[in-house]
Order: sequence, then C-alpha cells, then structure tokens
Amino acid sequence: MSDIIQKVKNLSIGFKSKKGEEILILKNISTNIKKGETVGIVGESGSGKSTLALAMMGYVKHGLYTIGGECEFNSSNLLNIKSKDLEKIRGRKIAMIPQNAGQALTPNLKIGYQIDEALQLHSDLNYKEREKKISELLNKVRLPSPETIALRYPHELSGGQQQRVAVAMALAGTPDLLLLDEPTTGLDVTTQAHVLELLNFIAKDTGTSMVYVSHDLGAIAQVSDRIIVMYAGEIVLEGPSRDILKRPIHPYTHGLLKSIPKLSLAGLPESMPGSQPQPGTIQDGCSFFDRCNFSEEKCKNNSPQLEYLKELNTSVRCFHYKKLLKEIQINQSVSKIKKNSKDKEILNLSEVSISYAKQKLLDQIFNRISDDNPTVKDININIKKGETIALVGESGSGKSTILKSIAGLLRTKDGLIRFDESRNLSSDLKERDPNDLRIIQLIFQNPDESLNPNHTVEEIVAQPLKLYFGLKGEELKKNIIDLLQKVRLGEFYMSRYPRQLSGGEKQRVAVARAFAAKPDIILCDEVTSALDVSVQAAVLNLLQQLKEDFGTTYIFVSHDLAVVRAISDRVAVLYQGRLCEVGPSNDVYKFPSHPYTEVLLGAVLEPDPDIKPKLVAEDIVEEKPPEKGCSFQGRCSRIVGDICKTEIPPWQLTNTGNAIRCHIPIEVLQKEQFK
Amino acid sequence: MLFLIIKRILLGFITLFIVSLITFVGTEILPGDACTTYLERQAFGEQLEACYRRLGLNVPAYERYVSWAVNAIQGDFGYSLSGEMPIKEVLGPRIKNSLVLASAAIFIGIPIALILGIVTALWRDKLPDVAISTVTIFAMTIPEFISATLLILIIAIWLEWLPGVVIVPTDVSFLKLLPNIILPVIAIAMIMTAHMARMVRSSVIQVMASEYVQMAILKGVPYWKMVFKHVLPNALLPAINVVALTIAWLLGGVVVTEVVFNYPGLGRLVIESISNRDLPTVQALAIILASIYVSINLLADLMTLMLNPRLKTLQIRK
Repeated sequence: MSDIIQKVKNLSIGFKSKKGEEILILKNISTNIKKGETVGIVGESGSGKSTLALAMMGYVKHGLYTIGGECEFNSSNLLNIKSKDLEKIRGRKIAMIPQNAGQALTPNLKIGYQIDEALQLHSDLNYKEREKKISELLNKVRLPSPETIALRYPHELSGGQQQRVAVAMALAGTPDLLLLDEPTTGLDVTTQAHVLELLNFIAKDTGTSMVYVSHDLGAIAQVSDRIIVMYAGEIVLEGPSRDILKRPIHPYTHGLLKSIPKLSLAGLPESMPGSQPQPGTIQDGCSFFDRCNFSEEKCKNNSPQLEYLKELNTSVRCFHYKKLLKEIQINQSVSKIKKNSKDKEILNLSEVSISYAKQKLLDQIFNRISDDNPTVKDININIKKGETIALVGESGSGKSTILKSIAGLLRTKDGLIRFDESRNLSSDLKERDPNDLRIIQLIFQNPDESLNPNHTVEEIVAQPLKLYFGLKGEELKKNIIDLLQKVRLGEFYMSRYPRQLSGGEKQRVAVARAFAAKPDIILCDEVTSALDVSVQAAVLNLLQQLKEDFGTTYIFVSHDLAVVRAISDRVAVLYQGRLCEVGPSNDVYKFPSHPYTEVLLGAVLEPDPDIKPKLVAEDIVEEKPPEKGCSFQGRCSRIVGDICKTEIPPWQLTNTGNAIRCHIPIEVLQKEQFK
Repeated sequence: MLFLIIKRILLGFITLFIVSLITFVGTEILPGDACTTYLERQAFGEQLEACYRRLGLNVPAYERYVSWAVNAIQGDFGYSLSGEMPIKEVLGPRIKNSLVLASAAIFIGIPIALILGIVTALWRDKLPDVAISTVTIFAMTIPEFISATLLILIIAIWLEWLPGVVIVPTDVSFLKLLPNIILPVIAIAMIMTAHMARMVRSSVIQVMASEYVQMAILKGVPYWKMVFKHVLPNALLPAINVVALTIAWLLGGVVVTEVVFNYPGLGRLVIESISNRDLPTVQALAIILASIYVSINLLADLMTLMLNPRLKTLQIRK
C-alpha cells in the first residue's frame, strides 16, 4: 500500500464547552489519500471539512484539541510529533492554499519575500537561484511580469492575483500533497474558472496529490477524482466523483444536488427542509434524521455506520441507500415560475450615471458632481410591475451601486429615477418623503450585519410597522405574527435574538422586515450568497412565494448566474458600470449574444463532471472603465477594429427580444454563438 | 506624501490657534483679573488703573490677544505676575525638568511594556501571562497619586533609600537632579507601562489569530522567525498610536505626580499659576502643553504612514 500518501485513522477533534462537556467537531473520521489523486471534501459551513484539512497538516486551531485518532504521513502521526519535525513537513511535503489569499498573505512583506521564505526553508538554493525560481513560480501560475509582482505588497494585487501568489507559494516547496481550503470561493466567476483550470494543470503537470475542500459542488466536480461528503462532522458518503455527482446514494447528497440551481434549467429547485445541526446538539441516531425524506423510526435512535459497497467502490452512512440506488438519476424537478408581470411600468431608470470620484471643493460648495468617466453611466432600464429583474456582472460591474442609488443611499450624478410612470424619486435620501421610502425596501447580503444584534425578532419586524403605519399594541403584535408566519417562522421566534437563529432563519427575518413595509419594490443584494446551498433554495422559494402573494417587484443582484437563472424574468448584464445586454432571462441564457455574456456564462461551474467551463477571455482586472468606446474592449476576444475603441456601440435588438450593445451586427454574433 | 505632511502640520497650527483662543476667552470671561487678584483689597481707583496700564490690560481684549499672539509666536509670553519675571525664563528650566522626568519614564516604560505585552501574548493563558497580567491590571487601576504616596511611604520613609520629596532649586544641574527623579519616574512609568503592555498584548493576540499567521505556520516557518517577521511588525504598528496617546496622557499624569513629589516641573507650575491667578503663565502653559500634544500625535501618524506599506501606497495613489 505504498501509494497511500496520507492516512487518517479514527480521527476525532473537538472542544470543551463551558459546561465542561466534550463537543465533537469531527467524529471518527477515517480516509486515505492516494498518490496523484485529487480528493474533494464537500460540506456546508460547520460540517468540519476545514478542520479535517488542517488536521492533515498536523494543525489544530486554538481552542480545539485532538480527542483520538491520528493523521499518518510518512509513517509518523502529524498530530503527535515534535514541532521541529512538523516544520520540515509543512510547506515541504504538505502545502496549503488558503481560502482567502488576501487575508493569508502577511501584509507588511513583499510577495517576493514571502515566496523566498518558503524557498529558504525548503530548498538548498542560493540567493541567485532562488531569485530565478521566484520568477519561474510566478510565471507558472501565469502572473504577468513576475519581476515587478515580486516587489509588490499583497494589497497591491487583485483577488485573483493574490490567489495565484498563494498557489506559487505552496508550490515553492514542491510538496507531495496540496491542501486547498475553498481556494476559489471569494473570486469572480471568470477568475474562479481560470484558477481551477490552473490547479488542474498543476495537478497533471507535477503529479501532486490534492485535497480540495469546498462547499461548492460545481468547483469540486471540475477538479476531483474522488469526493468525500461531510455532514455534521461525519463522512456520510465517499466514492468516485462521477458516481457521487450522478448517482448520490445518500439522502443528504441527493437533496443537496437537487437544491442547486443549474444554468440549463429555468425555475426554482426543490428545497431541503431545516438546516445542519450545531455541534453538541446532536442526539442519538442519524444526524440527518430531521431533514431526511427517507427517515424511519429506526434512524431516530440508531446511528448508521459507514458501509463500504464493493461493487460501487463507495462508502455510505445510511440505512436506506438501497432505496436511493433504485432512483438512479437525479430527477431535478423545478417549479416553473408563474409570470405575473403586467405591462404597467413601475420603475424607470433613464440615463442614470453615478460617480464615486472625490469631489473638488468648488463642486462640493455648489452641491454638484463632476466626473467625465463615472463608475456607472447611461443606465436605461424599464422595470414592469411584478417582474423580477436581475443585474449580473463581476465585482466592480456597478450592480450594487445601482441598487444603492435606487434605494436613495447614493446620489446619482445624472439621470432620473421615476416611480409609477410619473413620480420622480429624488436621488437624495433626505429629500424623499416617508412614502417614497416605504415603497422601496432592501434585503442585504449578510443578515448577521443587517440585523441589530441587540434587538429581538419582534423589535426588528415591528420597526417598519410602527414607522410607516403607526401600529400599536395588539394590532402590531398580530401583524408581526402574521409576517413571521408568512416567512415560515413560528410565533415563538418573536423573543429570540439574531444570534440565536441559524443563517437561513436570520435571512427570513430580514425578508419579513422588508415585507413589513408593504413595499412595491424590493431590492435584493446578493441575498443568498451568505447562505449554505441547502438553505439557499428554501429562501429562493420563499421569495418567489411572497412575490406571487403580494405582487411585489424584485430587483435582484447576484454574482451567481445559476441563482439568477432560477429566479429572474429578465436579466441585465453589466460590465464596468455600463449595460451590455438586457433581455428575458430564457433568451439571454440560451442565446448569449453579447461577447461579455458569453464569457460570463461560459465560466459558470456546474456540479456535473461532463460540463466543463469555457474560458473565452483573460481574467484581467480593469480598474476603471475606458474613457471612450465600448466598455468591454479591454477583454473582448472579438474586437472588430478601431471602432470598438472610439465609439460607444449602438443598441441592437434581436428577434428574441434581447437588446445588446455591440458593434458586431446581431446576425453575425448569433451565427458565431451557434458554431 | 509631502502634501499630506504639510496639510497635517497646517491642521496642527489651526488646532493651536483654537486652543489659544479658548484659553484667552476663558480667562477673559472669569470674574476678576490679574490686577484684582494681585492687589487684593487695594484693587480700586488709582492703584488699579496703574496696574492695568502696567500690564497693558486697559486696551480692548482683541488687541491684547493679537499682540500677545504675535509675541507668543516669537517665544515671548510676556511677564509672569507672581514671579515678576519673563515667563520665558520661568518656563525654561521647568520644561527641562519635566522633559527629564517624562523621557526617563518613556525610555524605561516603553521597552518594558513591549516585552511584557509580547510575553503575555505569546504565553497566552499560561503562567507568565496570568502572573504578569494580574500585576499590570493591578498597576493600571491604582491612580498615580496613591501609588506615588505609597512609594514615598515605603521607599523614602520606611526604607530611607531615596529622598521622598524633591527639595532642590528649579535650575539645578542634571546630575544633582538624578537621584530625585527615581521615585517620580517609577510612579509615572508604572501606570503607563501597564496600559501599554495590555494594548500590545491584545494587538499581538489579534495578529496571532490572523489567517496570515496561520498560513506562515502551515508554510513551515519556525516559531520565532514567524513571531519576528510575521507577527511583530503587524502587531506593533497600531501600538505606535497607543504609545503617542500614552505620552500625551503623561502630560496630565506628570501634573499630579509632580505635585505629590514637589518636583519643580511644568506640572507643578500649572497648579501654582492657577492658584496664583497668574493668567499669562496659564495661557503660556496651555499653549505649550497643546503644542506637545499636537506634535506627538502628528509624529505618531507620520510614523504609522511611513511604516505601513498599505497606507503609503494608498496615499500616493490619491
């Protein structure tokens, strides 16, 4: 068995609670990592996947301790060896690529030094050779002009570049095993696809084993040979990647795959009830019992063991896997979205420009904004009553900026925001009257930050009711209970504080607060991106249900294109604060006409090993929109000539109803797409 | 960068201008003035008029402010009332004495504070941390007039090792002053060191928990190299501002301690001139203390700017 590089045996890690109880984060984990193989560890937040990866390097976080078991590497238990020996293994034999390279690079040290440090520790090269090697490494991770990058500080690089530096640093010690902890999570879709492609290349090129930890089945599907699914600190399913993704025989994995929105399917995916139990709250029996569709009385009191099925080369922890075996394919059923948008216009943005430029004193005095090249420019969108329109684009595309301006949080430079065909909404929040404020409500990305931690759920939901409708006493209480039931939270949640709720529950409270104002329009800013996948579907379904009940209009901002596909009627694609394409989502997704839409959609990762991302354009980060011409000229692979650099492209209408902004004639663009 | 420094210096001057205005207006609003205090019961008629003329109090307040300010910029603060000598000459040796006291406290206190802070952070929750932290918290909570009095009681009165009260002339030479300052320095340094050690401790702990330190460990960087290369530069950067604030706090601490030890420094002068209603001296002291405060903070900000690569590039880009 010499091809096994890391052996995890009966590993349990936990912490002591305040009451002195031993609480387990990892429960009796055993697995082997083979030479040259890439193993994906997938699970939601709190499943113990990062703790497991760190333990493979002999690292246990402050506050946690090893309860039992070992991580064997080179026939020594990493959890139980001298720190001197550990220092020789870390970085040299096993290297880590962290989740957030921006946080994981020491801010006061130059990139070159940080790589050099690894080389000094783990190689015998002299100064000259090391200098050459640093350039080589930076080149290998495809960073432009390595010599200058080496002299920069971490904060001077973009997110994608920082992640590449972290990869280069990990490769410096030529490790046998690479541990990757959510290496692409904070990145844009296009950057993510490029980094994954790079990692795949490195795995093949150097024959390094990889352990890839992620919550994102899409990313895992692209890189791994074998997948380990973790739930509440246990391995629930382990087997070859393709089998796990195509025929998941554990109910959790099955439900998880069903709840992920796919690019190829319009409509909302099925949601999984409940959420993952917190460590320490798990009783006897199967930890997935509450959420399982297959559970029986037996599951409540007996915990299933991990069972190895030879014919499938898969291990599963479930009494009922045979039932699932019969259900060979994942029948993803989606509930079709009822279109209830009327032709009545509710919000109209015309020629809206927004600037973040620092204003000169004179302009401040005259209360005007002057900027020749504003962050967001010429936005014209017509939003109809009852529709869901999504704004999509990478970070820096101005999608959140536009939301802020509609909400009145950010003054516009030019242009008008009109409500209900006639009423002009002032761009300054202070000049809006209470009713203007009531008709537009916001739901934020992170409910941890948008809910006041010192208010109970009752107080949080009561505020808009008191403010806009002056409700008091019994009537107020009745309304709060009503709203909580609408978002499927019981009356008993009223006295709870946000910290006593799970992520999904918190977001439901935020939804209830937004609906309490009886708004016409709700702005949703990345409302599901802080949530776990299994919870995300439930929140999306809730939003859809409420929309059907109240006839609300949603303006939806998200970087997740599959989520947008699932929920929206219409999509507006933005690049560098300029519109590229607007159209019904079905058509935009089926026939992406604008070159940027094509790049964006091509980079989406699907939880299916057979669908590979298409990398069309380089993932360059542009700091500023170009002064003249098309906003996408810097990255476009289909530039037709100087016209792209000098003239703003005209709007063209396709026969399916998309409006796109490109110099290439629409017929040509569409023909190219179908090739 | 240069522009920023100039801007900060200008802002400092504006602050000083406002401080001078406030002290001037404040002393104007108070009932009575220098002459009525000085002449006491004879403060009427001819004698009062003469006093006003002599001190130049007979001209409108704004004119007096302007002429005072013009002179003050040149270092001339006018005449002290009680001492009847130029304030410049009164201040000179006092500033020197206070400076000796404060810098001794700083030069002893800061290194000790850094070492204690780092040790407690690295051995967090272990014996060295528990022991040192208990002592520092204790030292922090005792006000300096109590610790000063205790020091005098134990070391000067019971053990008779050092003089308890400073009885030397104001313009004494440095060497003769030296044995006298040991107790005051200990009294001042104690609180200051304890404060700073706590700050450094929490700063180091915060950095130790950061992802980049975890990354350095996982890279295989040996412990002490990690501490010196990855932890300390980042942990001590925010400490610079804390040190500046502590030094500024010293100004106030010095006042109380100097009075307890009867030490001939600026602090005692503040108390003396206030109780004597020596308004010109009070004004001069207010300006001097304010300028020290402003310049220390300016210095600290510039140092952080210089040492923090992140802030440096940000400024250049702007």
